[in-house]
Amino acid sequence: MEEKDWPLWEVFIRSRTGLSHRHVGSLHAADAGMALQNARDLYTRRQEGISIWVVPSREIHASDPGERDAYFDPADDKIYRHPTFYDIPDEVEVL
Amino acid sequence: MTGSIDIRAAGPRLEYVLRLADSPLVLGQRLGEWCGRGPALEEEMALVNFALDLVGQARMLLVYAAELEDADHSEDDLAFLRDSMDFRNLLLAELPNRDFAFTIARQCLFDLYQCGLYEGLQHSSDERLAQIAAKAAKESRYHLQHSAGWLVRLGDGTAESHQRAQAALDDIWRYTGEMFESDEVEQALVAEGIAPDPAALHEGWQSQVDAILREATLARPEDEWMASGGRQGNHTEHLGYMLAEMQFLQRAYPGASW
Repeated sequence: MEEKDWPLWEVFIRSRTGLSHRHVGSLHAADAGMALQNARDLYTRRQEGISIWVVPSREIHASDPGERDAYFDPADDKIYRHPTFYDIPDEVEVL
Repeated sequence: MTGSIDIRAAGPRLEYVLRLADSPLVLGQRLGEWCGRGPALEEEMALVNFALDLVGQARMLLVYAAELEDADHSEDDLAFLRDSMDFRNLLLAELPNRDFAFTIARQCLFDLYQCGLYEGLQHSSDERLAQIAAKAAKESRYHLQHSAGWLVRLGDGTAESHQRAQAALDDIWRYTGEMFESDEVEQALVAEGIAPDPAALHEGWQSQVDAILREATLARPEDEWMASGGRQGNHTEHLGYMLAEMQFLQRAYPGASW
């Protein structure tokens, strides 16, 4: 059967001052070229960005919400992984 | 400012600037009619964005026209208080949208024309026009990417989209000759280095149209009888209805602002 709906794409925009692309939303488009144009028209009309990535939503693989405990709780009690136990010399302005 | 503005005594430069301004103004109004009716949310946003770009281009040009006219009219007065016989737009801009294929075919042929026109105007001896063209050219290049992309998709798509795209092209073709007409106004401004030569624009336009139509698997219609008159203020019946809606507020409530 013919597919009537265009596939879904996730949109990532890098702002003028941004260092990395950030997820801003999704849209429908028939192919990557149309997805880029649609992203330009939907998500950059107020000067939000200078670079766009689009990724087919079906290519995004997500962690299982049911596995959240096993995935993320073990990091809860590993405070030594945060670099908070060092004395920072006063001369260091930016770390 | 009350009553209608009559620009029939305009000199060549004002006349030319109004020609440049009115096609984007009228087509912008037409494209805006897709608001709430687009084939997909994404495409509707694109079309309405283009409408706003076109109205923006018209605005820059009408500001300049108002300065040239020097009759204490604003750009809004020129947009909302002229009657159809004082509009100088191409007839193809005022034709109703019909279906998506027609809207796209018209847009693509118009965008190609605008790209060449603005490219030429960037070298105009009239610095103001050169500046406006430089800004507008970027918008039109993007519009063209979009409209040409769609014409290829429709032409090289399903049997129905191909048939609709070809029918649209066949219908619109007789309105394309007007873009490259040359009359005394154009000739005078070409001689002064203000306007690009329509014959040269036509050549570039044709080869680009051919390239897009080849990719779209669409046949270029024969050049037969061409409609004409928009530049002289002789419009189709459609413009009057459009202006009635577009100008209603300023006509009913003169000077209303917000």
